[in-house]
Amino acid sequence: MANELIDFTLVSIALLGIGIYGLAVKRNFIRMLFAIEIIINAANLNLVAFGRFIPHSGGQTLALFSIAIAAAEVAVGLSLIIVAYRMYQNIDIADFRSLKG
Amino acid sequence: MADIAFLALAVITIGSAIAALEMRSLIYGSIALMGSLGGIAGFFLLLDAPFVALFQLAVYVGSIAVLILFTVMLVKRELIFNKIEDKRRKFAGIGLMLLIMVSLGAVFIDSGIKTITTDEPPVDFRDIGTDFVTYYWPALILMGLILASTVTGALVLARRVDVEDGQRTN
Repeated sequence: MANELIDFTLVSIALLGIGIYGLAVKRNFIRMLFAIEIIINAANLNLVAFGRFIPHSGGQTLALFSIAIAAAEVAVGLSLIIVAYRMYQNIDIADFRSLKG
Repeated sequence: MADIAFLALAVITIGSAIAALEMRSLIYGSIALMGSLGGIAGFFLLLDAPFVALFQLAVYVGSIAVLILFTVMLVKRELIFNKIEDKRRKFAGIGLMLLIMVSLGAVFIDSGIKTITTDEPPVDFRDIGTDFVTYYWPALILMGLILASTVTGALVLARRVDVEDGQRTN
């Protein structure tokens, strides 16, 4: 196998950095959801890569669980976006002030 | 050393992840996110995990990306093309990203995983099925219940009738 574990780990670190940048800078609710998706995918890539190089089937099993839970998270996140958009007519999180103390 | 397919997939994945966050239009952004998730599926194929790769394609590229695309289309036109971000935070965010990449990358390159290679055959996907129905069966049932309840919750939340349009615009 030509690729080594460190290559996959470095790609995963790059995706994690991009996702954290998106969460820190963007105020658009949908773009923040994109950033969360990118971070979750970086984690899945690490799980499968380590599972391949140990090798153990647990990595792939946990990655499948993670993908399924992420799908549920996106469904809830998008419905929250729809509710917030109907209430505020905006998707800027700085405008969502009713939970602010 | 990485091969050509790996490098091409890395460029596609990281490039479209950046494009998903930086493109002006949210619609093109969600299509770029689709490319990034597809690139991850390609990585799974390179890692000899075809089952997870197909699952990734079916769940992420097939359903989640389409769901996001439809949600984007429900939003007003000027909000789709309007970039909302803190200008002051942008440079701090880029600095944070580079800091995380450099520090974590240095830690991982210095650690022992650089020398890990394997000549062993890949995990057979039948083992995954065996895992699901033997050791992980309570987690599998719990995951099914969680999925059913969250999807029902999402439907109830999106169909709430007590939220009036523009209730809190002022």
